[in-house]
Amino acid sequence: MVPTQYYLILSAILFGLGAVAFVVKRNVITIFMSIELMLNAVNLAFVAFSQARGKLDGQVFVLFVIVVAAAEAAVGLGIIILTARNRRSLNVERVDLLKL
Amino acid sequence: MSPALLVFFVLAALAIIGALSLILQKHPIHSALSLIVVMVSLAGLYLLLGAEFVAAVQIIVYGGAIMVLFVFVIMLLNAGEEEHTDFSKLAKFGGLPLALALTGLLAAAMVHHAGSVPNPTNPDALARTSSISIMLFSTFVYPFELTSFLILVAIMGALVLAQREKS
Repeated sequence: MVPTQYYLILSAILFGLGAVAFVVKRNVITIFMSIELMLNAVNLAFVAFSQARGKLDGQVFVLFVIVVAAAEAAVGLGIIILTARNRRSLNVERVDLLKL
Repeated sequence: MSPALLVFFVLAALAIIGALSLILQKHPIHSALSLIVVMVSLAGLYLLLGAEFVAAVQIIVYGGAIMVLFVFVIMLLNAGEEEHTDFSKLAKFGGLPLALALTGLLAAAMVHHAGSVPNPTNPDALARTSSISIMLFSTFVYPFELTSFLILVAIMGALVLAQREKS
């Protein structure tokens, strides 16, 4: 039997690695992937708590998170294609119209 | 060490290595493949937790649909290696320490409250898929219907965004 806090610590580590990737990476697609990594880390915490408390609410919420992630990926990748077509680059530092 | 703990450590190590590889790889397609490793090992962890339906959905939707979409866009845009422009000052001096601090804070909170986290009462029980579906169509039926609208809006948004402008 695996204690629940092991899952929670793994979830925290994965979330932190996702946050680091979000800050460090320069490619807009990789940044988008790190958001998916953070969503996955949160899902793991949801399922771990769901099992620990013996209730299924957490697992139902994971399904909703997955649906939102799928919708987000579809719209986000559409936006990425559009910016890549307009700016001719995938580097986020070239997309700086709103920067001072 | 019990077999369950052994399986947990193997899958957790795979997930962390995959996440590190996502950061360290230069080419976006390699990062995408590392993310697939993370997602498949997370599906294994869900199985270990007894959440078989979530594990199946994780493989089908994340490992299948979403990652195929990512790989497809990477190849469509012909994304090459990451170019190294001068690292943004804000990211270096603000973002990186803050992200590491966030990880430390989360881990410290976990360790501090380790005693109050409940351990599974019935660890071998598989969550039956039928009970999830009953819950989804009774307690959560309103959010469930809203997600179908969300997907409809996302499809229309993606179509409008990605279509070529008429000249």
